[in-house]
Amino acid sequence: MGSSTFASMLELTFDHSPRVTAPIRRLLLFFSVFATALCGIAQDTPLISGGVGFFTQTNAGRTTYYPTIEPLLAAPIGPHILVESRASLFEFFTPNGGNDPGYNHSHFIGLTYLQGDVIASRHATLVVGDYLIPFNTYNDRLAPIWISNFQDGPLIANLNFTSTGSGLGGMLRGNAIQRDKYSIDFSSYYSIRSANSQFGASRGTGGRANLYLPERRLELGFSFNRLLQATHENFYGAHAWWEPRDTAFRLRSEFSRGKHAQGYWVEADYRTRAFGGLDSAVGRIEPVFRIQQTFRRDMLASDGLPSVNTQRADFGLDYNLPHNARIITSYARRFSSAGNQNVWETAIVYRFLFPAWKGK
Amino acid sequence: MKSKHLVFAAFAFAFACTLAVTAQESATTQTEQSKVCIRKQPAQKQEQGEHVFQQHCSRCHTAPDGFSPRIAGTVVLHMRVRASLSQHEEEMLLRFFNP
Repeated sequence: MGSSTFASMLELTFDHSPRVTAPIRRLLLFFSVFATALCGIAQDTPLISGGVGFFTQTNAGRTTYYPTIEPLLAAPIGPHILVESRASLFEFFTPNGGNDPGYNHSHFIGLTYLQGDVIASRHATLVVGDYLIPFNTYNDRLAPIWISNFQDGPLIANLNFTSTGSGLGGMLRGNAIQRDKYSIDFSSYYSIRSANSQFGASRGTGGRANLYLPERRLELGFSFNRLLQATHENFYGAHAWWEPRDTAFRLRSEFSRGKHAQGYWVEADYRTRAFGGLDSAVGRIEPVFRIQQTFRRDMLASDGLPSVNTQRADFGLDYNLPHNARIITSYARRFSSAGNQNVWETAIVYRFLFPAWKGK
Repeated sequence: MKSKHLVFAAFAFAFACTLAVTAQESATTQTEQSKVCIRKQPAQKQEQGEHVFQQHCSRCHTAPDGFSPRIAGTVVLHMRVRASLSQHEEEMLLRFFNP
């Protein structure tokens, strides 16, 4: 689920009826018992975080509404173990179309990931369970609704060896080298195949390495994964982020290449400090721009990218309200041989972060 | 039958969230003075931790307005995993949240 755009989530909604299976119920029970047992540990109280938002998307004159909540639970067990999970719950209200003025609605509830983290050493963490695939940056770093600058994820977020964006198995990640002038972090994982409705995954392996230059505020990364079932395809990714010092300008970009398609996106956003700082009325305004292109290398469309070459430009204007709330608006024009489209999107998102229970 | 379970689970989750929000509001009133306010920390004392926050956490997201000190350790542990922090960076970040 991690990298899925709302459009692909919509497909999931229709293709698979959501189920709370017996293993899920046992896991939820385990969480409750385990979290209760931890009550009272200073500073280590389990937390609930995440985002709640109301989204609208107007495409070809049809407006879809989807209220969404993405709660995250993080519960430490002592100083070296953390259990964390994120879920996604949303309701879609879509127009019936034709001469019917009414709306149809459907819902989706699912776990995005559920993992246990073991701090194995000063520089490495072992992750087990259902985890987000660290391929490029969007899936495991930018996808939460309270982080994203746009409602829609980039098109190439679906170019991955698993359609769910998550793997089931183990991952080793951490900080390999830490110096004043640079740092290198890494992730490597192995996922088994699973057809479970909540923990769906493909058999595969891969990893990511990032180089960060703090003086230049530049991050460069390379990702790789290999599907180890059926056609055994390779996927490559690269990303570059630049955030110049003492500015609120950010430039982010990614490139992905699969066996049948490839693509990239570049996103820039900016907030000015010139009129009383970032917390002034003007400083809270955040213009955002993203350009993206996808290219189909052959017609064997085994991935989530459009079936024809596509270009899309997004122009956004976000407003960062006080108290962790944010208004996200954008207009996008999508160009392809299948037809050009306008997409208008608006949303208001609130980010919450609090202890899982009342303390002394 | 499955849809009943689903509806029940959704209601249970919503109820749990409501309880948690109520608890948070109550706790916020009591601990307002001790709330972690990231931007109000003395810069010199917290310089290293602030650098960790700016270079690792802020690369992806903005700072929250504040949060209860009871979850500071959990936040830092979570960021250690998410942002691939070293143990040293984790300690500096915790010190930044709790001067």
